[in-house]
Amino acid sequence: MEALIAITIGALTTGGVFLMLQRRTFPVVLGLSLLSYAVNIFIFISGRIALNAPPIIGMGPAPIDPLPQALVLTAIVISFGMTAVILMLALGSFLHRGDDSADGGGP
Amino acid sequence: MGKWGSLRMSLFLLSALPFLGALLVGAVARFGKNAVALVTCACTAIALVAVLGHLPAVTAGQVIVAQMAWLPSAGLNANFMLDGLGFLFALLILGIGLLIINYARFYLSKDDPFARFMVFLLLFQGAMLGIVLSDNILLLLVFWELTSLTSFLLIGYWAHDAQARQGARMALAVTGAGGLALFAGLLILGQIAGSFDLSVILTKADVIQSSPMYVPALVLIALGAFAKSAQLPFHFWLPHAMAAPTPVSAYLHSATMVKAGLFLLARLWPVLAGTDAWFYIVATTGLLTMVYAAKVALFKDDLKAILAFSTISHLGLITFLLGLGTREGLVVAVFHIIAHASFKAPLFMVAGIVDHGAHTRDITALGGLRRAMPISFALALIAAASMAGVPPLNGFLSKEMALEEAAHTVWAGAAWAVPLMATLGAMFSVAYAFRFVGGVFLGPEKLALKDVHEAGFGLWLPPAILVALVALIGLAPMTSAGWLVELAASAAMGQAAEVKIYHWHGLSSPALWMSIAAFGGGALLLGLYPKLRALWNGAPRGDGKRAFEAGLGALIWAARASVLRLHDGALSRNMAIGFVSILGVCALAIWGQGLAHATRMATPLSFAALALGAVLLVVLALAVLRHGQRMLALLYVGVVGLIISIGFAYLSAPDLAITQITVEVVTVILMLLALNILPKTTPRENGFFQRWGAAAIAGAVGLATGALAYVLMLRDAGFPAISAFHLAQSKPGAGGTNAVNTIIVDFRGYDTYGEIIVLGIAALIIAAAAQGLLTAPAVRARLAAIFPMAGRAGDPHPMMLAVATRFLLPIGMLIGVYLYLRGHNLPGGGFVAGLVFAIAFLLQFIASGYGPSAARQRITYHSLIGAGVLIASATGIGSWVVGRPFLTSNYAYVRLWPLETFEVATAALFDLGVFLCVLGAVMMAIASLARLGQAGGTHGQKAAPQPKGGA
Repeated sequence: MEALIAITIGALTTGGVFLMLQRRTFPVVLGLSLLSYAVNIFIFISGRIALNAPPIIGMGPAPIDPLPQALVLTAIVISFGMTAVILMLALGSFLHRGDDSADGGGP
Repeated sequence: MGKWGSLRMSLFLLSALPFLGALLVGAVARFGKNAVALVTCACTAIALVAVLGHLPAVTAGQVIVAQMAWLPSAGLNANFMLDGLGFLFALLILGIGLLIINYARFYLSKDDPFARFMVFLLLFQGAMLGIVLSDNILLLLVFWELTSLTSFLLIGYWAHDAQARQGARMALAVTGAGGLALFAGLLILGQIAGSFDLSVILTKADVIQSSPMYVPALVLIALGAFAKSAQLPFHFWLPHAMAAPTPVSAYLHSATMVKAGLFLLARLWPVLAGTDAWFYIVATTGLLTMVYAAKVALFKDDLKAILAFSTISHLGLITFLLGLGTREGLVVAVFHIIAHASFKAPLFMVAGIVDHGAHTRDITALGGLRRAMPISFALALIAAASMAGVPPLNGFLSKEMALEEAAHTVWAGAAWAVPLMATLGAMFSVAYAFRFVGGVFLGPEKLALKDVHEAGFGLWLPPAILVALVALIGLAPMTSAGWLVELAASAAMGQAAEVKIYHWHGLSSPALWMSIAAFGGGALLLGLYPKLRALWNGAPRGDGKRAFEAGLGALIWAARASVLRLHDGALSRNMAIGFVSILGVCALAIWGQGLAHATRMATPLSFAALALGAVLLVVLALAVLRHGQRMLALLYVGVVGLIISIGFAYLSAPDLAITQITVEVVTVILMLLALNILPKTTPRENGFFQRWGAAAIAGAVGLATGALAYVLMLRDAGFPAISAFHLAQSKPGAGGTNAVNTIIVDFRGYDTYGEIIVLGIAALIIAAAAQGLLTAPAVRARLAAIFPMAGRAGDPHPMMLAVATRFLLPIGMLIGVYLYLRGHNLPGGGFVAGLVFAIAFLLQFIASGYGPSAARQRITYHSLIGAGVLIASATGIGSWVVGRPFLTSNYAYVRLWPLETFEVATAALFDLGVFLCVLGAVMMAIASLARLGQAGGTHGQKAAPQPKGGA
């Protein structure tokens, strides 16, 4: 299980970083989403893996560490806000310049 | 003064008084100049009276203290003390401050923002007072930096003047850099002494002087003091600071701030002075500065420049006296601090009066003003005579004592060097003092000067008071100033000081002959002035300003070159550098570290998990490899998100699962809306970097992250998880069984509070950006071009879908309410409830179109976000009412017929705030993007409906 999760995190990071290094805005936004998944899972597994042990008092003998879950929960919602702002920036740049390049014209 | 004993003001209040006054000045600024001056004066006068109120106790040898722990773990405490030395400086700061405020009232023109000046002045006064009242040296440092900052503001007060801006920047750079050195020095000193409180440090002279870190500490502290007190080679900032209004020059740059360095040297004198290192560093610097600056002062033409170099020279003299390390030297230094403040401040003020009356400060354009400005002439004459050391004025007394000390000083075996230098300095001092008075007031009247007039009462009274003091101390030194010198010097050296000030030292005193030589030499210098001036003009000189500007220019060039190289505006390049740097730093951190043995058993892998993982990897690969087809790539990414939410559910994270799935839905909708406008495909990149470079970097980052995750998962943390507390306290402490929810709304409520505010701000940014785009005609035209009317579906909003979603709306809302209510005990809560509500509303948008849905909307998204934040804030503040810290939750069990007993928690109210904020933010973000598409779609057809939530 641990190996599978680690491979998933690695693959999501690879895909996310690869897309973020492209020159158009939309792939960058998609890449950011993938990287957010990877980071969220990474923070989540810092509480280690447990099956059938939800962090709810009274539902099992040894509930999983709830703190990373609380952090990731808010991170998921915040990453929505971040994605939305970046999409808006991408739209603004495209609508102003008529081109969706992320590499701009230099300072 | 006996009855003032009962009126002793706490040092906390005393040191806060100028800052409070600055606030008050801001408040009365609109009532005019007199109100501002009155408040500033009143505040300074109260502080002065408060300081005087401590005089009986200080005279009796007491040290007034006020202590409060601030950051005790860092050794930083708000500890104040007032002893004789602090008393003298507080008297100078507040007494001269009072005169300067009155002078400035009449000096500044009505076009100058007077209240701003007084706010800066009071802030400076507070900072300076803080330095001399601090017991804790870290606290002292805070005030020290504050004087640099406020001095920057005051020098740059006339910000329209380029010279003022440059002078302010230079002063800040030099004194600020000195402040850094001082910081390091004081930290070392505190480390050696084992405390950052002066009251402890001053008792540890032996420990400090025998420490191997004594010399580094001394050098660093001296650097800080020299930069502040304009000693060689840092002196060059002071003449450029003369671009400040004259009251500032008189106050900061002659009487107080530049003496902060001297104060520090005197303060630390008991523990730092007395060694060879101290003597050679401090006394030599002081002596060289004194002679060099006195010589330069003779050849300056701007009145304020003459006074600036003269100030540097006199500061050098005091530094030299402190550097001697003898008790007599310290006494003379203290006396000369008083004398210098009393004669130099009036000279600056007279220079300001002349500038006002004659409209120039150039000594070559001035002359013969004694008839037109008799009062100023008299004031300048007495003050300058004191500066030159003419008996019986106070400048004469301190100079004689200083020369006496110099005469007995042997420098590296040479008995002649110091007396010779001191005599040279005194000689230049005589010459520039008389050149100042003679050049301005004597000689023939210059024809170019018209309408020269004497200053009004308000301008000449403040210097007149100080000049009266010059004469008084000169005539009766022991009665008028002897006690103060004794008080300050005794406090500075930590034992009773012997103060004997008298006019006649006898014919055998070397000081007498050195003085006579100085007067003779000074007269000679003035007689030969034209020839000397020609020599001076022809001689090459180092220019501190040019060196400073060159250094600054080189730094800016290096910064710009490196930044432009790294950051050329291309996002991909910038991020590649970022990722590679992160990899590099992590590699450095890991390099050479061993790997601990795995301490956890691997969790068995089920077939279902394996299958799900395989699907995820395949879909992910498709998303990345086929990202050119954007719509497809988006769907693949959406599928990846859904699989991850299933994974969360499988891995004991039900809250994450439902949050992830709902966020996934709204994110995909958002991206679809964006893709409606953006190009639908990404052109194939043929660049080597985008294909292989990006793949290499991405592979390396992914491999490292995956490996790190794998290693992490198989090992236990090095210390017990703090969440044991959360689990144990979830039910008894927060009243809920869902530990994730109790952490969010209770244990770490502060985090959540910040997060919903961030989310709200993000939504407002999006709305504002959309509005900005919609008002740009070019953008509207482009939108219209993207959405040609032809080729669209005949019926974008089918009836069936509209009806079905209307049924779904109340069901969706019911699910949301259910998730919200059970959140405290079971998976759910405000975040996910807000998202579910948002999805229910979005379905209406999709089915019925944005316009009709927006038309039905009665509550704006702004007010939802605002209400959410307000409710969360009110919940937090509510705990103050019952005397608990912000966001302390409380709960109780309530029985309400016919329901079962249920629990009411303040955390649920907080969660309501979260819910409203999330709902408002998500809806606002999506509505803003929808408006862009709407504007394009209806362009030329009819105006886009203005939703209440969008603008």
